[in-house]
Amino acid sequence: MSFTVNGKPFAEQPAAGQCLRTFLRDLGHFGVKKGCDAGDCGACTVYLDGEPVHSCLMPAFRAEGREVTTIEGLAKGDELHPMQRAFLDAQGFQCGFCTAGMIMTAASLNQAQRADLPRALKGNLCRCTGYRAIEDAIAGKRNTEDGHAGCGVGHNVPAPAGPGVVTGKARFTLDVAVEGLQHIKLVRSPHAHARIRAIDKSEALQVPGVIAVLTHEDAPKTAFSTARHEVRTIDADDTTVLDTVVRYIGQRVAAVVADSEAAAEEGCRKLKVDYDILPAVFDPEQAMTPGAPLLHGDKGPDARIYDASRNLIHAVHSEFGSLEAGFAQADAIHEGTYFVPRVQHAHLETLCAIAWIDAGGRLNIRSSTQVPFLTRQEVARVFGLAEDRVRVFCERVGGGFGAKQEMMVEDIAALAALKTGKPVKIEFTREEQFVAATTRHPMQVSVKIGAARDGTLTAIQMHVVSNTGAYGNHGAPVLEHACSESISVYRCPNKKVDGYAAYTNTVPAGAFRGYGLPQTSFAVESAIDEVARALGIDALEFRRRNVVRQGEPMIGAHVSPDDVIYGSYGLDQCLDLVDAALREDSAGATLPPEWLIGQGTALTMIDTVPPGGHYSDTYIWLESDGGYAMTIGTAEFGNGTTTVHQQVAATVLGVTPSRIKLTQSDTDHGGHDTGAYGSTGTVIGGRATQKAAEALRDTLLDFAAKHSGAARDACALGDNAVICAGQSIPLADLRQAATVAGVVLSAHGATNGIPRSVAFNVQGFRIAVNRISGEIKILRSVQAADAGTVINPMQCRAQVEGGVAQALGAALFEEIVIDGEGRVTNPTFRNYHIPAFADIPRTEVLFAETSDTLGPFGAKSMSESPYNPVAAALGNAIRDATGVRCYRLPFKPDRLHATLTAAATG
Amino acid sequence: MDLNTITEVKLPKTRGELAPWRAGDAFLGGGTWLFSEPQPKLTRLVDLTTLGWEPLTANAAGLEIAATCTVAQLDALTAPVEWTAAPLIGQCCRAFLASFKIWNAATVGGNICMSLPAGPMISLTAALDGEALLWAPDGSERRVTIVDFVKGPLSNALAPGELIRSIFLPKAALTARTAFRQVSLANHGRSGALVIGRLAPNGAFALTITASTPRPIKLAFDALPSVENLHARVESEVDAWYDDIHGLPAWRRHMTLHFAQEVLAELSEGA
Repeated sequence: MSFTVNGKPFAEQPAAGQCLRTFLRDLGHFGVKKGCDAGDCGACTVYLDGEPVHSCLMPAFRAEGREVTTIEGLAKGDELHPMQRAFLDAQGFQCGFCTAGMIMTAASLNQAQRADLPRALKGNLCRCTGYRAIEDAIAGKRNTEDGHAGCGVGHNVPAPAGPGVVTGKARFTLDVAVEGLQHIKLVRSPHAHARIRAIDKSEALQVPGVIAVLTHEDAPKTAFSTARHEVRTIDADDTTVLDTVVRYIGQRVAAVVADSEAAAEEGCRKLKVDYDILPAVFDPEQAMTPGAPLLHGDKGPDARIYDASRNLIHAVHSEFGSLEAGFAQADAIHEGTYFVPRVQHAHLETLCAIAWIDAGGRLNIRSSTQVPFLTRQEVARVFGLAEDRVRVFCERVGGGFGAKQEMMVEDIAALAALKTGKPVKIEFTREEQFVAATTRHPMQVSVKIGAARDGTLTAIQMHVVSNTGAYGNHGAPVLEHACSESISVYRCPNKKVDGYAAYTNTVPAGAFRGYGLPQTSFAVESAIDEVARALGIDALEFRRRNVVRQGEPMIGAHVSPDDVIYGSYGLDQCLDLVDAALREDSAGATLPPEWLIGQGTALTMIDTVPPGGHYSDTYIWLESDGGYAMTIGTAEFGNGTTTVHQQVAATVLGVTPSRIKLTQSDTDHGGHDTGAYGSTGTVIGGRATQKAAEALRDTLLDFAAKHSGAARDACALGDNAVICAGQSIPLADLRQAATVAGVVLSAHGATNGIPRSVAFNVQGFRIAVNRISGEIKILRSVQAADAGTVINPMQCRAQVEGGVAQALGAALFEEIVIDGEGRVTNPTFRNYHIPAFADIPRTEVLFAETSDTLGPFGAKSMSESPYNPVAAALGNAIRDATGVRCYRLPFKPDRLHATLTAAATG
Repeated sequence: MDLNTITEVKLPKTRGELAPWRAGDAFLGGGTWLFSEPQPKLTRLVDLTTLGWEPLTANAAGLEIAATCTVAQLDALTAPVEWTAAPLIGQCCRAFLASFKIWNAATVGGNICMSLPAGPMISLTAALDGEALLWAPDGSERRVTIVDFVKGPLSNALAPGELIRSIFLPKAALTARTAFRQVSLANHGRSGALVIGRLAPNGAFALTITASTPRPIKLAFDALPSVENLHARVESEVDAWYDDIHGLPAWRRHMTLHFAQEVLAELSEGA
């Protein structure tokens, strides 16, 4: 058989059942991505004789004698294909993992298909962008600006990785060829709760190619939490690399390491595990009831579980003022129980890592992580290694959304590398992402809110039951966060919160964009809408009267810690912006009468940084060629912070952003970085970079003054040179002179994340609901964001759009369904629909004009929070259109129809 | 995805080379389902596309669609002008959850053999009185209507080793007027209810219900019925409304009845 890829012949032969995707990657075409491996996402799109196909579904042998084109073959030499150029100019990507497939598909469309993108792009999923930027690219719109000196903060500087992303050359975690690579496959529990009696490895070890079978007997006993935080003790140590008890269907039981995935899979099938099946509990309320099966009854106080005898990972109780008095004063009270189900991040790059022992005997882990430094700490701790014997790093990460603020694969990869001494790879399948990675915490939120006739809130009560699944993970801090800003944004003298996070025998929940706030905000903002209605006050006006104003105490489950301050305040502007946008809207007036029109709004507040300190180090220096280089710890997974760091440094140094070379997210760079979570990439990392750049600027100017003899204040930095009293000294020359003089032109900047500020978002929708089918048409979507100084308007807008899109997925479609035995029943994109191009309206993004006292150049965080108000705003619009309140996500047409029918029949 | 238990691919050129059928075999059409899920019980693929079947044969009797005809090939068919039902082909192709890129590989026969309630090639061929020609491994053949072929979700009339050779759509059905309605929980998503009405030149009316029921349901009438009659027939002949993540049974029933009414109204115009 002969194969031709991008015009080049290959003699290699595929395996009989191999798909074209993996064959192409085996041949080094790493631009061909795996998003789902099931034909649903389109990340693996290639051309077969010029026709676009999903290579994961194409038997490799069928490519014989045909011309295969991958993203690497789309450009003509150095000349980009027009569609690649278009995606670069529009910045039609964020993490970039879907981009190769998106470009291959877009480039193949005929005129008719281009005119119907909702249909033409239904086979390409992007989880980051919300598709507007992709539409811009296909329409030939340019969003980026040409870089020039001083074109830093406030400009639409393009992402430095852009050229790599659009050509398929940007390296994601597994896009490297490693000699002698071994493959890990995991045997997973078929039981929701069971003790492992015995494991018989013998047959598995006889499978040709299998080099190791690792079980709890081979793994360290040190308990940890997969959740990663700067302060590790806030999460419970209830997890081990391989446990003797399995607590959910899908939990790891053993790892089979082999020279091929096929052999590893066969080894898994041959492993014999003897289980002692234990009673299981799936409902968090039942789990908290006395007599329920205990998941972690075997743990002692050192595990830091709130109350293992009641399956409680955490609980929150607080009362301010008098609830009784507050409700007594109320003229209107709404009480309702709201439910947000289990949803998945669905980042397109599944969890994966490559681990090896280097020549110096050091453990290296190349991982898809948001937290390389914290993962290094925990790997070292669990395996009893000195931290400097472990390196964790990532290049480009294919989406995260919180899912990679976890140590989900690095520990098992480390175990396999340490046990076998060989380089090993682990890559989750899409199914594993659904059954054994993390999800959002399902929460039932009962809320009762009262207000006086004059529109003043008198009492807020919230009762939250969160389901953390089989392991504590982020369960405690997510509950704390859920019970904080969702109500602390309202000034109300009487508040009471009771929150519980319970263990159940289900897939563990973890960190997910918004970190508990989307769940409670859905309840609180729905209830606020109801109370306003009951009082006959416009919901935005009602909020205006009751939201905290600058300087007022923020009281949630706790009084906000002293380190949360109003570094700026733009909530009033956000409310006004959305109000103005929706007021003038009359969209939908011409729809047929079965379409009911309504509008709804919701707000959210978020602390700009997680509590407990959040650290970042930036190192920056002048290179011998006169360019700048820097290292930062934060990871890039589509958040766009790499661009922001370049812009911040370029602004301080007065240089063209592209002249700053930047490498990142590698523990070998030194220093510390808490991680790219809690929306900190700009406000924490960016501040460290600002400080580092300012220190370097001072060092450069000091030395330039000394070197030139000019007065220090007569010296200024230019793009390529320092100008000293009118004399231009090229930076390369300055660097040379410094070297001769023994002066080091480098600097360091650090931040600790204290104090913190608050950011705000207000979402508004105008929608039409079909009273017959229950379908929802979004006529207008507008979000106002208080992001402080917007460092990169193009990117910040895209973050907001992406957040709205992801939240719309959860509001309209998404739900992981778990059956009566604890099994996930819909672990594929076909049965877990994430938004496609056709599902997402264009969201108008409006920025409040504020400047924060804390963030770099006045910037605030804006990556999680756009998600948070979306479901409530949509629910409020449905209420407005139909008169019916929906208490449960998602608002699918079939459920909405049932709700409308029930309301109509009384 | 890789099907790592497959050790051999058979590439038959003639019907004789198809045999013998053995446990662990699977017929390979486009592969768009086979390669989309783990298939640990399979060890050999028998490729049907190497048999070189003519994808589409239109003649005076009707249209023969080879099982290996791709969705893209079917969608590109230029039908004779008198085939007034031809727009139904494009409508059903667009009812696929899958993208046009999948159409380039997915086959009509494969979609029917999957026998999922929302299989749009089932909707199309059931509505147009399609009949499948089945080849058994012993060399025998039989014909089964599509309505009888699909028994329920992932269940059909095929015996082990039996395959669909082709589907025949008679001219009488192709020259009828049709009306099409479809709904799904997401835009261009998997069908939750798909209803096709067909009015023959002689006035006979047929309603075909797919997606909302576990198997296709076809209701035939000598003439256009009243809405009440139509709804009564639907309610009496549908014994179960399909229940999965793509739609609650009550909603599927409601939408089916609504579409039945709309389809009837559309075909009543000018009748």
